[in-house]
Amino acid sequence: MPTESVTTGSAAADAVASDAAAAGPVPPAVRAVDLRKTYRGRRQPVEAVRGLDLTVPRGDFFGLLGPNGAGKSTTIGMLTTLVRPTGGRAEVLGHDVTAAPVEVKRRIGVVSQGGTLDRDLTVAENLEFRGRYFGMGARAARRRAGELLERFGLAGRRDAMPHQLSGGQLRRVMICRALVHRPEMLFLDEPTAGLDPQTRLNLWDLLRELHADGHTLLLTTHYLQEAEALCRHLAVIDRGEVLACDTVDGLKAAVEAETVVTVTYDGPVPELSGVRARRGVERVEQAGGSVRVFTRDADGLLGELVALGAAAGATVADASQQRPSLETVFLTLTGREYRE
Amino acid sequence: MTAIEHDAGPARALTATVARDLRVMRRSLVSSVIRIVLQPLLFAFVFAYVLPEAGLMGRGTVPGDAAGDTPFSTILVPGLVGSTVITQSLMAVVFPLVMELTPPSSIEDRLLAPLPVRMIALQKIGSAMVQGLIGGLLVFPAVLLVHAEGQAPDVRVDDGILLAAVVLLGALTASAAGLLLGTLLKPQQTQVLFTVVMLPAIMLGCVYFPWEALDEVRWLQAVVLADPIVYMNEGLRAALTPQVAHMPTWVVLPVLGVLAAALTALSVRVFTRKVAK
Repeated sequence: MPTESVTTGSAAADAVASDAAAAGPVPPAVRAVDLRKTYRGRRQPVEAVRGLDLTVPRGDFFGLLGPNGAGKSTTIGMLTTLVRPTGGRAEVLGHDVTAAPVEVKRRIGVVSQGGTLDRDLTVAENLEFRGRYFGMGARAARRRAGELLERFGLAGRRDAMPHQLSGGQLRRVMICRALVHRPEMLFLDEPTAGLDPQTRLNLWDLLRELHADGHTLLLTTHYLQEAEALCRHLAVIDRGEVLACDTVDGLKAAVEAETVVTVTYDGPVPELSGVRARRGVERVEQAGGSVRVFTRDADGLLGELVALGAAAGATVADASQQRPSLETVFLTLTGREYRE
Repeated sequence: MTAIEHDAGPARALTATVARDLRVMRRSLVSSVIRIVLQPLLFAFVFAYVLPEAGLMGRGTVPGDAAGDTPFSTILVPGLVGSTVITQSLMAVVFPLVMELTPPSSIEDRLLAPLPVRMIALQKIGSAMVQGLIGGLLVFPAVLLVHAEGQAPDVRVDDGILLAAVVLLGALTASAAGLLLGTLLKPQQTQVLFTVVMLPAIMLGCVYFPWEALDEVRWLQAVVLADPIVYMNEGLRAALTPQVAHMPTWVVLPVLGVLAAALTALSVRVFTRKVAK
């Protein structure tokens, strides 16, 4: 994809600079304090978000990671002014989402879950009118729409209606639309949900490109792999609360996630009390000929297990070592298996 | 270039949402015109041309016309224009809005536009009014011209201000009602709205008879007072066919005024609450 200078990015940097000059310290991209949303449920109130605290620095590529129903979409809805908080407060780029929603809307681009393009307008018109809603003249908006469609490889689909687009095209058009008014920050709610693997990878590249352009990105995802591949910082969110917030490596270190070493013996399982006593070993499970060791220090462990087997007259049929992953992080934080 | 460069007031954003509606309307221009004009035209054709030609319907006595030679077309013109403005205003907002609010909600790009949500509600009402008025302008000449020989409607605009007031208040009432219904109804309920609510409201809304003619059916005369379309059509009679007995304007205008104001306030509030979840 060509990356030449359609100015999606310098906009963000310039705006940051001018804000800083005008108002002293630059507020973070997002600051949420004790943010709450309770829906009136049929039988009882549903607490979708329960006292969420969040700070996203400017220029970050930030991920809200959690399983379906964790409160990610509600959170992004509140930050983008589409959902009214029932408690707490949130500022986006220094503007309160409840008190100054128009100021917030001017500065952000939003890519929602599902195809929320205007179904009565063509692809190009969707972009054109987005520009005009933000005060561009008709001609400038059309030119901007053309530039963006060209840049994102959609020039051939400019006259298509939204229902004629493939899933990947739809997401790309929605991203284009979010960029029309040159926002400083982009919110993306599950941008790759339901896409095939190749399309997902293409979209990842596109998002990295937008981040490199200088945009602050906040995305929600329930794909662990996506969060790990893209995000600089992650907030792990479950049942409406932030459980932990850090870099991917920081999260792994903070929860002391364990490496899992699994060995399957062909023959008698050796005596393992020495392994249990090793530094860093949390627990050892044994099922049939398989031994699984959970440890925070896996150095040399695999070799030791092989040697122990050889001494007991057993060969090793299979062995694997699973590094600490976000999956193990989530398991440690919630006590539950992660389901994508 | 900064993000703040296109820092126009809400007025500019509002104009753009109107331009968006006009673009969509223009795309379906021919089918819209046919949809708007066909039914009233057929009505005028059957009742003002076919039936009088067939000798099944002629001039009749209507309240206020002692001579007894008022052609039916004179009754029909204000009624058909009025009911067209009402239905077109209502439909112009109900159908698109119900779809726009159905997930994935395509109204989102306007909710994300830099203007307060209640402005979007008011824009929907304004846009629907324009479409209702266009409907009235299309239907008026059509029903004025279609009639049997010697059955020309006796229509004259004596009081332009009254005419404008009635049409604007009627269109506003219907558009606001449309915003309310479009916000509350689910797609599968819109069909019911038209068969269960709109059809009786039109049939009994003094489209095909003046309200005073119901002196002979007193209970019905009382019941139809609950139908807003009655006030619209009686107001149009006062403006276009004052020789036919009609409700006094000191009843019509306050009722339409209160209805329009109340429905606008209510519908904007309900819409704003619904979209800002």
